[in-house]
Amino acid sequence: MDIAVKDGKIVEKVDERKAEVVDASGMIVMPGGVDIHCHIAGAEVNSGRLLRPEDHVKDVEVKTALTRSGVGYSIPSTFTTGYRYSRMGYTTVMNPSMPPLEARHTHEELDDTPMVDKATYPLLGDWWFVLEHLRDDLIEECAAHVAWMMTATKGYAIKIVNPGGLEAWGFGRNVKNLDDSVPHFNITPREILRGLCKVNKLLNLPHTIHVHTNNLGKPGNYITALETMKCVEDLAEGKRPVIHITHCQFCAFKGSDWQTMSSGAEEIAKYVNHHDHATLDMGQVIFTDTTTMTADGPFQYGLYTLTGNKWVNHDVETETTSGIVPFRYKRKSAVHATQWSIGLELALLIKDPWKIYMTTDHPNGGPFTAYPTIIAWLMSRVARKKTLSRISKRARRKSLLPSIDRELSFYEMAIVTRGGQAKALGLTEKGHLGVGADADVAIYNVNPEQVDPSKKYKTVRKAFKRAAYTIKGGEIVVKDGQIVRSVFGKTFWVDIKTSLPMEVNDDLKRKFREYWTVEYENYPIPDSFLHVPAPISVKAEV
Amino acid sequence: MTVVTGVTCPVCGTFCDDIELVVKDNVITDARKACAMGAAKFLNYATHRNLKPLVRKNGELVEASIDEAIGKAAKILADATYPILYGWSNTSCEATRVGLELAEEVGGVIDNTSTVCHGPSILSIQDVGIASCTLGQLRHRADLIFYWASNPWSAHPRHIERYTMFSEGRFQKSTWRGYLSRLRGIVSRKRLQRAANLVLRRDVFAAPEVERRLPYSMFQKKRKMVVVDVRKTRTAEAADYFLQVEPNKDYELLQAFRMLIKDEELDVDKVAGVPVEILEEVADIMVGCELGVLFFGLGLTMSEGKLRNVDAALNLTRDLNQRTKFLIMPMRGHYNVTGVNVVFTWQTGYPYAVDFSHGYPRYNPGETSVIDILCNDEADASLIVASDPVAHFPRMAAQNLVKNPLIAIDPEVTPTTLMADVVFPSTFVGIETEGTAYRMDHVPLPLKKIVEPPKTCLPDQEILQRILHKVRKLRGNLN
Repeated sequence: MDIAVKDGKIVEKVDERKAEVVDASGMIVMPGGVDIHCHIAGAEVNSGRLLRPEDHVKDVEVKTALTRSGVGYSIPSTFTTGYRYSRMGYTTVMNPSMPPLEARHTHEELDDTPMVDKATYPLLGDWWFVLEHLRDDLIEECAAHVAWMMTATKGYAIKIVNPGGLEAWGFGRNVKNLDDSVPHFNITPREILRGLCKVNKLLNLPHTIHVHTNNLGKPGNYITALETMKCVEDLAEGKRPVIHITHCQFCAFKGSDWQTMSSGAEEIAKYVNHHDHATLDMGQVIFTDTTTMTADGPFQYGLYTLTGNKWVNHDVETETTSGIVPFRYKRKSAVHATQWSIGLELALLIKDPWKIYMTTDHPNGGPFTAYPTIIAWLMSRVARKKTLSRISKRARRKSLLPSIDRELSFYEMAIVTRGGQAKALGLTEKGHLGVGADADVAIYNVNPEQVDPSKKYKTVRKAFKRAAYTIKGGEIVVKDGQIVRSVFGKTFWVDIKTSLPMEVNDDLKRKFREYWTVEYENYPIPDSFLHVPAPISVKAEV
Repeated sequence: MTVVTGVTCPVCGTFCDDIELVVKDNVITDARKACAMGAAKFLNYATHRNLKPLVRKNGELVEASIDEAIGKAAKILADATYPILYGWSNTSCEATRVGLELAEEVGGVIDNTSTVCHGPSILSIQDVGIASCTLGQLRHRADLIFYWASNPWSAHPRHIERYTMFSEGRFQKSTWRGYLSRLRGIVSRKRLQRAANLVLRRDVFAAPEVERRLPYSMFQKKRKMVVVDVRKTRTAEAADYFLQVEPNKDYELLQAFRMLIKDEELDVDKVAGVPVEILEEVADIMVGCELGVLFFGLGLTMSEGKLRNVDAALNLTRDLNQRTKFLIMPMRGHYNVTGVNVVFTWQTGYPYAVDFSHGYPRYNPGETSVIDILCNDEADASLIVASDPVAHFPRMAAQNLVKNPLIAIDPEVTPTTLMADVVFPSTFVGIETEGTAYRMDHVPLPLKKIVEPPKTCLPDQEILQRILHKVRKLRGNLN
């Protein structure tokens, strides 16, 4: 079968005599990889880079005639990030947490991240405008403000992190469950989630709300994860999902403390198998030294008190918080090994691959460069067994993995690494190789008809580490794992057309001045600020 | 006559963005809302400036065409084995991005002014981490504000007004009325004291008695400001309480606070010249606050102990976070020194002192920082952008800097441009050229173009791009 490419798109056919031919016989051809959630750019990522010279010194990229130099293992510098993704056959990468006030920073870094298309999600779950409008039950006004914010920050989806908890962290507090009141705002996390879910529907955004649950990283939090999914169950129509629970591994802990901590993956998988309104990504843990960074200030503080490691906290006025703590996942730690097990259990127990996607929540669970390792674990019981035999005994006893026989096929693998992610993101031209799709193609040097991934998982792992070819927008950018051409990617953002756009009057400007320490006119980012802007037009229902 | 609003002020790290400029015939005639420092720049920036590219010939700087200057600069850099590229904090992030590419291309060392400023703070952050925030968070919430070894009243004039004591937040009110009445009290007390000294023939130069207890306002439930410094600055006069620390004793004082916060007893009467009773009371106020913040300046980073002082300060806030919420922030000087650190970090992983001589970024302050390189006489050429090291570096460093080929890109006439071999007159970023810069709390804001630059002056970014292009051409690396 031939795939014809012209002007950056996949087309019915081209003139074969004139076309450049890539011979992919005996190889796997997939759409370019899509990553729904990885922290690669912006204020918090960069603070992580600054914090960890010891991370960089062990992993460097030398300048070549085509590529820029760089450093970094768990938090690579921008150019290196782009190259490494491209070498693995990835072509689209989503940066999931952007403090709106610091959006310029995120976009400057994304512009310096070559080889991949990208987009970024502004953090809106604890924005004062949202809290106040939802408290007063003004959904449509809230939607108008969110639409303005999406355009102003050139964002792609609504990101909610520990709803209510971040506002409480302003004074060093947190919320405990979905019905805990947010101090000073008289609103609960449940109301924030439901409100923004409705807003998301009103605005017809391509992706659902992207949720990092309350109580992340605490034993017993699988209940919170389940409740979070349940609380928007009634807002779903048909089979279209309305909520994405991100890095679900971190909110699938059972038990009452670290001693009794075990996997809640079974319960979550059961729920997801019976409902269609939620999608998940794994947040798989890798046994390595990495850097945790989230917008969840109180969680990161907890991690700091747990480890005593160096700790960065960065609160952003009226909007959000963030924190960074270096972290090492150890095989012999029962908790870390259980976490490792949970991620794989989720991916294997959830039957429909269109509902769960492969991520490490880079760099929280481990760097994205570990994806081939995860692919091996998902495709091979032998690979899992091998790692399982080396982890903490206590974790091994509790792990559900020995009882799971499922091994993902190459086709399912393509879904959890690109197809599903592109569908969840509403990127209609990504994640497939049909006519009209972007000509983003990854070719891996492994023959699915001859190689049994279950046994030859090392061959598979090696193939996925270095793509034989990566084709980005119709151009060959990687050959045999080497960059052969450096390209800029596009930056997607959602241009929402509302019938009642947010009215910008003196009153609003005054409110702006009261809430932020910047002027209204200096807040929005002009389209021309982005290197290659790719607005996606959306018509809202308000 | 037009009025441009929402202008960012390219002077200090406070980076106010509410300036209103009155422009008449391409000349700024008024700068509203700007402080004295800001207004001075907006109104007088054009008085002493370079207008033509200069090249040194037979020991004299003579006017040259831009192409000739670019050619000479590119040749200097392409021929050098270990050039340094220094400055950056007073230009835009866009220019710095090109600067990094150039440094990588020529395999040199790129460093910024943090190296002589908050560099030790960065080293400390890399050891300990930092609990910080954006400034608005403090405006809304902070009820205890420490300025430690910094003097915002004079160095960041609108900092107090915009972000801390005199700003109105959601949960905290401005205290400027209280300040006014206290100011009146201070003035009358000074008058009375002067009269009393005359009558009683007291020694006016004798050090005043240290008060053994805190003033009443420190115990009120409102916003409070404490200044710790070696001398009574204007900021200290505006504070609720001024803690005078003996020079070079900040480390002791910070560690004493750490002990007190952990409820340990101090077996001495005084630490760094301050009675322990006072410290105990201040420590209690720290623990009891809703949200406290400690701003620290160069008094910590450049006095004895350097990064160890900052270590102690960062650790103090870490400890305090076990009891309440407490944040800390360095008072950055130049308007874009933060931005330069940010750009360096995302492109190379390191915030300053980056060495590209191995083909990849290396970072080892003390070895790869410009002062050390210059003092060891290792560099053989340099490019200085928007900075004046000849005037500010240690003498030996400056001597070694000027004895090798030196390229300067600067709008103004400075000792560095006078000593340089090639001088590019650039435009003023934020007045004549747009761009991006980062406030001291990492908030990125746009720099605006207000007036047209003189035709012979190019933006830093463009000059650097042209040099880069030429260097690649000379080295045959053009692709």
